[in-house]
Amino acid sequence: MSDSLLQVKDLSVAIEEGQILHDVNLTIRPGETHVLMGPNGAGKSTLGNTLMGNPVYHVTGGQIFFDGQDITRETTDKRAKAGMFMSFQNPLEVPGLSLESFIRNSLRQQTGKPVRIMQFKKQLEETMALLNMDPSYADRDLNVGFSGGEKKKAEILQMLMLAPKFAILDETDSGLDVDAVRTVSKGIEEYHKRSDGALLIITHNAKILESLAVDYTHVLVKGSLVTTGGADLVQKINEEGFEQYIEEAAKANE
Amino acid sequence: MSESVANSGVHFDPAIDNSKDDINAYLEGTDRSMYDFRNEETDFYKVQSGLTREIIDQISEEKNDPEWMHEFRLKSLDLYNKMQVPNWGPPIDGLNMDDIVTYVRPNTKMQGSWEEVPEEIKSAFDKLGIPKAEHEFLAGVGAQYDSELVYHNLQDFVGKQGVVYSDLESALHNEYADMVREYFMKLVPPTDHKFAALHGAVWSGGSFVYVPKGVHVDMPLQSYFRLNAKGAGQFEHTLIIVDEGADLHFIEGCSAPKWNVANLHAGCVELFVKKGARLRYSTIENWSKNMYNLNTKRALVEEGGRMEWVSGSFGSHVSYLYPTTILKGNDSDVEYTGITFSGKGQNLDTGCRMVHIGENTSSLVTTKSLSKDGGIGTFRSAIEVMPTAKSSKSSVDCQTLMLDDISRSDTVPVMDIKTNNCDIGHEAKIGRISDEAVFYLMSRGIPENEARAMIVSGFANPISKELPLEYAAEMNNLIKLEMEGSMS
Repeated sequence: MSDSLLQVKDLSVAIEEGQILHDVNLTIRPGETHVLMGPNGAGKSTLGNTLMGNPVYHVTGGQIFFDGQDITRETTDKRAKAGMFMSFQNPLEVPGLSLESFIRNSLRQQTGKPVRIMQFKKQLEETMALLNMDPSYADRDLNVGFSGGEKKKAEILQMLMLAPKFAILDETDSGLDVDAVRTVSKGIEEYHKRSDGALLIITHNAKILESLAVDYTHVLVKGSLVTTGGADLVQKINEEGFEQYIEEAAKANE
Repeated sequence: MSESVANSGVHFDPAIDNSKDDINAYLEGTDRSMYDFRNEETDFYKVQSGLTREIIDQISEEKNDPEWMHEFRLKSLDLYNKMQVPNWGPPIDGLNMDDIVTYVRPNTKMQGSWEEVPEEIKSAFDKLGIPKAEHEFLAGVGAQYDSELVYHNLQDFVGKQGVVYSDLESALHNEYADMVREYFMKLVPPTDHKFAALHGAVWSGGSFVYVPKGVHVDMPLQSYFRLNAKGAGQFEHTLIIVDEGADLHFIEGCSAPKWNVANLHAGCVELFVKKGARLRYSTIENWSKNMYNLNTKRALVEEGGRMEWVSGSFGSHVSYLYPTTILKGNDSDVEYTGITFSGKGQNLDTGCRMVHIGENTSSLVTTKSLSKDGGIGTFRSAIEVMPTAKSSKSSVDCQTLMLDDISRSDTVPVMDIKTNNCDIGHEAKIGRISDEAVFYLMSRGIPENEARAMIVSGFANPISKELPLEYAAEMNNLIKLEMEGSMS
């Protein structure tokens, strides 16, 4: 436990409509890249949201440790300050709040210090260039009128600017064209390189993983982690699908 | 019946008082209006007991009014005593007319002491970063305030361009006296409503601005610097005339919660925009939460003129505020941008009225309203297009953000269109702060209260970006404070 960054112990999670996750265990060490796969409705996003502290999801059992601290009951902003980040599957639109000012405010909150404007602007410009984002997006209202691809790039931009210790990417590649996937993937690589950040990548798609060195792959079925493997598991699932795991899970329940 | 008579404090002949049965017998068979009339009469008596011709005479004498103004006040007083309080908006029966009467009585010591100023007002000053020197003045307990010097500098500066900027009292006695007489309360006559009549009778303080033909005033004039006139923030009168082809930005009010012993504000703003002129009138009002804000603002726009309102309404217990623009000249236009924040215990009835008279006139209304902690916000828009106003356009966009489930917000659009040849649009939207959006902002390290404040500031942003930077910053601070509920 001492060398783990994130440790999830016997985590069970429910929403108002019912139980979703059952006794999930997961350990992520600094700099590791984990991939979470599973059929639709398995609870992948629930896990991501619960780790980030979304109040819609209630922890009914188990614990979450981050950097040695029990954060199971911690508020979302405190988790972010501790070094967690999540790229949202559907980033929210906030009219009247510019992307730049959002990132600047977030940085200020996280560091507890005023942001040095010139340095910040330069870094923002460079990072946007890396992500093939038009600089005009910095002044635009957060996600308002952004295309699906621009929204996802804006999420990766935030990740690069905030440089968290651990980032959850919740279907960051879904609905993106090939070029956008390549750009996002480049951004993830950069994050990995710059800050040796750990990753939990929730995805359906192997394409985004092509240029990343995956350490572990987990398969989630009906709220339970049914198997964990290496990078090769991604390839296997891509070829064979989840059939085998769904059947196994059904048998285990009998 | 006899109880209500006793409570009214009116002295009746004991002989009548004792024959209670006789009174009841007398009332039987009479209609309801008879009873109502008696109540009115007691109200009338009360007012008479306070606000009398003698008091008006004294005000006039103290202010050294010209004779016409003295007469104007007396006529207004008569009207005031005859007129009814409005009965269609938020209730104003908590308004204590006796206090107001006391206040307008000259030579009354109305100033309290700093110790009497409510604690939340004092702490709000600190939170808004208002310099200590201004605290006492804003709290209505300091007679002097160092703004005088700033004001005179500003006056000298624009004076070089031929712009007249003074208090209204002085203008009554200098070379602009005739101009004041020509325009004073012509747009908002004392006959308009009871509080306009009251204003006509007891007005005090306020600004007079005249911008000569073709003059573009380079910097905004800010009345903030001359609020220390006696009676300012109570019955002040603003009279602005922007002559042909001239251009002015006038900023009135400030974000500090002004505290008055008497809780009525019945100010009046009259704006005259001449041919081809432009006037931008920006105001941020933040009244203390015991205040009844019954302000009347009106603009008259001549041919090719342009009127721009930027209006932020915060504070007060009850507000009635509907700036009116009369687009009299052809090709004149108006833009109204406003925001209202109704918090706990507040009932803010705001909106605007546009009267299209000239051909090819246009009005554009963008408003935002916020309600929180049970606050009630009502937005009324009245668009009137006269038969003469051919090819006119009007667009109203009203957005509301409810910050909880116990607050209330209503939109009341009224349109009176008397020509076929015009283009009218209205859009109203009511929304809430989504929990998902709050979670999103929090996931970047922003605490919940800040996240909510950021969403609200974002909502208000289209308004604040119309304000000069320092006012926009103050407004954002105000929104933050309102969100924390620390000013209620």
